[in-house]
Amino acid sequence: MQRTFLDLWVGIFVAAGIAALLVLALKVGNASTTFNVGETYRVLAEFDNIGGLKVRAPVKSAGVVVGRVDEIHFENQRFVARVAMKVDKRYQFPKDTSVSILTSGLLGEQYIALEAGGDSAMLKDGEMLKITQSAVVLEKLIGQFLYNKAAEGGTK
Amino acid sequence: MPERIVHNLRGIGHQVVNGVWRLGYASRFFLLTLLRSATSFRRFRLTTKEIYFAGVLSLIIIIVSGLFVGMVLGLQGYETLQKYGSSEAVGTLVALSLTRELGPVVAALLFASRAGSAMTAEIGLMKATEQISAMEMMAVDPIARVIGPRFWGGVISMPLLAAMFSAVGVFGGYLITVVLIGVDEGAFWSQMQSAVDFRQDIVNGVIKSVVFGVAVTAIALFEGYDAPPTAEGVSGATTRTVVTSSLAILGLDFVLTAFMFTGV
Amino acid sequence: MENLVEIKDVSFAYDVRPVLTGINMTVPRGRLVSIMGLSGCGKTTLLRLIGGSLRPHKGAVRVAGRVIHELTQDELYEMRRKMGMLFQFGALFTDLSAFDNVAFQMREHTGLPESMIHDLVTMKLHAVGLRGAQHLMPSELSGGMARRVALARAIALDPMLILYDEPFTGLDPISMGVISDLIRHLNEALGATSIVVTHDVQETLKIVDYVYFMSQGVVVTQGTPDEIRRSETPFVHQFVWGEMDGPMPFHYPGSTYARDLALEAAHA
Repeated sequence: MQRTFLDLWVGIFVAAGIAALLVLALKVGNASTTFNVGETYRVLAEFDNIGGLKVRAPVKSAGVVVGRVDEIHFENQRFVARVAMKVDKRYQFPKDTSVSILTSGLLGEQYIALEAGGDSAMLKDGEMLKITQSAVVLEKLIGQFLYNKAAEGGTK
Repeated sequence: MPERIVHNLRGIGHQVVNGVWRLGYASRFFLLTLLRSATSFRRFRLTTKEIYFAGVLSLIIIIVSGLFVGMVLGLQGYETLQKYGSSEAVGTLVALSLTRELGPVVAALLFASRAGSAMTAEIGLMKATEQISAMEMMAVDPIARVIGPRFWGGVISMPLLAAMFSAVGVFGGYLITVVLIGVDEGAFWSQMQSAVDFRQDIVNGVIKSVVFGVAVTAIALFEGYDAPPTAEGVSGATTRTVVTSSLAILGLDFVLTAFMFTGV
Repeated sequence: MENLVEIKDVSFAYDVRPVLTGINMTVPRGRLVSIMGLSGCGKTTLLRLIGGSLRPHKGAVRVAGRVIHELTQDELYEMRRKMGMLFQFGALFTDLSAFDNVAFQMREHTGLPESMIHDLVTMKLHAVGLRGAQHLMPSELSGGMARRVALARAIALDPMLILYDEPFTGLDPISMGVISDLIRHLNEALGATSIVVTHDVQETLKIVDYVYFMSQGVVVTQGTPDEIRRSETPFVHQFVWGEMDGPMPFHYPGSTYARDLALEAAHA
């Protein structure tokens, strides 16, 4: 009888531990989304500047997460950044989809936005997206603003 | 004066030689434990019993501490984040602190003082009362029969305890910030989920807790097995277990963190 | 008669402190032999050498014709299954009941079914008169009862050689009588050979066949109990009759009493 008591408690303990792990994985973490992206295809894009984009950043379309950034490396032939992303197979995009790097909020993390085009042919695995828009660099923006202001002041 | 210097130097040398000797002895002990752990799995009931002593009996302190740590994190995090108008991010703060650091580390520290010290005392007493020698004389290998099951019991319990600590801690943070203060529930969970990465944060946290489990149990068992068979010997060994394993946890945590969470 | 245990010219030292020097002993099969001496004279060390947990620095211990320190780990374990040992305070496993303590070796070493183990354990516990106490934990047993359970555990696998390390220490006179009786009877009933290490002279002389007297790492006298009682060797005489002064001085060696009290210095 002492043995069954012990076994019962150890059973409860192990079950509770595994339950805690599952809660952490599914409720606290993003395992639910990580695992759903079982079937993916790979899309490439080249940018002049990726700003602060990181591997595993979300790929969104119309604000919905459709994939993740898989790999980023520097293309030394043409001096651009090549970004590979994995997109969920359930979502198909036309060939002339445009891709841009945006920032969520003013200081939030950067993500990739896909905007569907009008082509009837769909993207295939490993294909390169042509229409890209680099990340906005805040310093450049401010510099431009100041330059414009100065130019305005000069004409007055 | 030179005599004194020579005397002190000899003292240092003695300490170093002793330390190295003990380290070697400990490594040999650890290796033997691993080599002879077949018994722990072939007769899993022995290990089950030790999971009860190491894991189940540590449940209450782990759950209560986890809850309070989570609640304090929620409270403090809210106070600070609210100043920057991003009080929804408190979920992220609580969850990341717990899964990456506090869950594994604090749970391991509690485990060292609750289960580790008990293991050392138990083994030390078994040695002092000649139970270990008796077992050897009965042609039963004490490392396989006594040390192995305790080792695996501890190693299995530790990650489960750490996971419970983190889960309960997140719940504590939720209680304080969402239920009590009134942070938006949807934002709390969704921000948390988008920030906490399964592989990067949760799996790494689990790896940490497994490493801590190995370190704490191995230290506790070695200290017990190596304890002089007297009352002072056992009490000294128990103290050493808590001190050494706490230092080991914090040191290992730094090393693991440096490897895991940089250069992403 | 064939000798089960032969100790030939054995020397042993912890680090550099010699404990045993040139010990020679023989224990014939079926006999009950005692090794006596003061605390710290190396008796327990000698038992550990027989059990194989220590290696002699010189000489050899033979049990059943095999040199103990030349055995491999597996052979040594094989040998130890044929030995039973009663430790000074019993050394019962504190987390197991009396029944499980006795059953321990059977479960570890034999594939016997649980029903047969139950019968065997009951028989062993009956032999020491504690069949009714089988469910008690060691913490619930008195000192004498714990010693008897430990004795039942030592004979669990019907050993050919039983080693007793100070079996009478810390027991009341009744328990002591019970234990010494059991030692004698079990030796005959099992057809075993026994070695009793003790400093309890009177109790031991009643039951043993032969006595070795040790002092400071050497055998000083040997003989049958009657010879020991009549011995005129001063040390043995002091030991057997418990006299306060003799070759074993009452005072630990040191400087003179007068000097310690600073009397001599005052005179000088």
